[in-house]
Amino acid sequence: MTKQITIPLYTELLEGFSHSDENATDDTLQKIRRAGFENFKKSGFPTRRDEDWKYTTISSFLQEQYHINGIAKELTASAELISEAIVPSLDAYQLVLVNGKLQPHNNNFPGFIKIIPISEAVIQDDVRQHFAGNSTVASGHFAALNTALFSNGLFIEISANAAIDKPLHIVHAFTSATNVFIQPRHLFVVHQGAELNVIETIVSENSLAKIFVNSLTEVIVEENASFNHYVLQTAKTGVRLVNQTDVKQKRHSVYSNYTFCMPKADLIRNNLNVALNAEQTETHLYGLYLGEDQQLIDNHSLIHHKFPHCNSNEIYKGVLLDKATGVFNGKVFVNPEAQKTNAFQQNNNLLLSNNATINTKPQLEIFADDVKCSHGATVGQLSKEAMFYLQSRGIGEEAARALLVNAFAFDVTEKIKIPELEQYINHLIALHIPGNKN
Amino acid sequence: MLTIKNLNARVEDKQILKGINLKVNAGEVHAIMGPNGSGKSSLASVLAGRDNYEVLEGEVDLDGKDLLEMSPEDRAREGVFMAFQYPIEIPGVSNINFLRTALNEIRAYRKLPQLDAKQFLKLSKERQKLVEFDAKLVNRSLNEGFSGGEKKRNEIFQLAMLEPKLCVLDETDSGLDIDALRIVSNGVNKLRSKDNAFILITHYQRLLEYIVPDFVHVLYDGRIIKSGTKELALELEEKGYDWLKESFREQPV
Repeated sequence: MTKQITIPLYTELLEGFSHSDENATDDTLQKIRRAGFENFKKSGFPTRRDEDWKYTTISSFLQEQYHINGIAKELTASAELISEAIVPSLDAYQLVLVNGKLQPHNNNFPGFIKIIPISEAVIQDDVRQHFAGNSTVASGHFAALNTALFSNGLFIEISANAAIDKPLHIVHAFTSATNVFIQPRHLFVVHQGAELNVIETIVSENSLAKIFVNSLTEVIVEENASFNHYVLQTAKTGVRLVNQTDVKQKRHSVYSNYTFCMPKADLIRNNLNVALNAEQTETHLYGLYLGEDQQLIDNHSLIHHKFPHCNSNEIYKGVLLDKATGVFNGKVFVNPEAQKTNAFQQNNNLLLSNNATINTKPQLEIFADDVKCSHGATVGQLSKEAMFYLQSRGIGEEAARALLVNAFAFDVTEKIKIPELEQYINHLIALHIPGNKN
Repeated sequence: MLTIKNLNARVEDKQILKGINLKVNAGEVHAIMGPNGSGKSSLASVLAGRDNYEVLEGEVDLDGKDLLEMSPEDRAREGVFMAFQYPIEIPGVSNINFLRTALNEIRAYRKLPQLDAKQFLKLSKERQKLVEFDAKLVNRSLNEGFSGGEKKRNEIFQLAMLEPKLCVLDETDSGLDIDALRIVSNGVNKLRSKDNAFILITHYQRLLEYIVPDFVHVLYDGRIIKSGTKELALELEEKGYDWLKESFREQPV
């Protein structure tokens, strides 16, 4: 693997793995970890020669000396940091994870929700069937690496036909005084007929240390189950986030993902993969990314239609300021068997600076003949006419711009089913529009 | 209230306004008529501060302040309101939210206290009634999917909410059916007061049957070539513009 030599972390990972391998306690899990590690060794970190990483040079975020065992230290996040994740006036169950590790909490969860650390869950046979699905290991790169070396994370399970009464808000806080490489791993299982609403918020402190997070989440949505999955990424400068979410849907299930990438983090790379493993499923992927300074925000998604009569709908909207770069890649695969598929995709971008960049690529591969599929991608600027109209009514330039950016994002924000969250997201957007920086 | 002196302006390389002089006092209604391409809408745009117009020469004074030095939003805050000939559709911005933002920015500029939700709602209901604006449209996205008439009525509703002192109506009557024209005109008549003034830009004498002007001006080739009272509009309706164009050409400029 000569191409990996230049990444200092690579050697540390090799050593780190052999150390953890020696101390392994569970044979089956260790087999999975080894398979992951072998795949990572084969694939290494992605380079620009990998089509999926063409516009995101990951090596430039891996130049620092990261510590992979620094995460073992018991760290607590300040109350101030946790409070940054609070969505005003939202009533929710709250869980806090610091660097991936679940903190003590005093929620009174209903009996039908089970929340335990992932390390305790994966040694149970009924959980393991859902864990480390083929795609997460075989795809190599970061997913395989996470499988080999993940440390902390959550297992969340909701029983059949149960419905959560208020959203579960998971705060992922990251904090470190030294450069660290953190690999959280989560698994959600939404059993038959159950309903789950989750908001995940990522927060970090302003620190000089670089925090690289390679996170992997697996989601199982069983028959007739429904999962509203909100992800709000508000990490700050110094954080590099690679976040993979692998979703498997069963018959008649509904999965809705809402991803909001907010300014500041050095890098956000989301890989959102949804496998439609049965008929009559419904999938909604809504995304909004707001990039500023030199930020790089990369959203890759894949919806794989394998069975007939499935609907998928994807809308991603991007607003890029300063020298920010956005990447969107939306794959939709429709297998020959997947007749009567409806698949819609849309990606719209606003460039608010001459130095901002967007690389957008819809990618539909359709092998069935009786389907309705469409895609569209646009890149534009704020309408001067609309700006003038608002200004001519006494609205200042900055407020006018904020109104128009909120309006641009409206197609996505209006889909949020939690009004407090919708209001909060609109507030975050307005906060980051040029001239509105505080 | 408003004094325009020798106003010259261009769009790109084309000079559109070639020395406009106009004085409008509080309480007055002025109609500006003229053939297509004479510069009527350009005058409205220059007053409102549209940025593709470049002022070459002249002054515009609003109650002692230099209007041309101000940004479009400051002009609005000082009390200038232009009803657009083609109001813009802005999906995703709610009509009511937009008006609340506008009104509160104007009030802040004038050092007036902000209206709370209840006060704003009360004002909005009262003005909707005054200008016969459909309550259903108030909560929709700004002008999105509105008919031509609904858009023009929304302009008058905004005017009623923002209470400007100088109102410039740019061909507000174009595209309106008789009923809509009556409603829009009634709205304007109710909003007329001794403290505000209106400039009506129109092609047709018909509007002036509903809103009776104090003065009528004819704009041709970037200049006001004739001014008179409401009878001038009737004369224009009867004779067209050609007789004026001819007499204008005969005069040395």
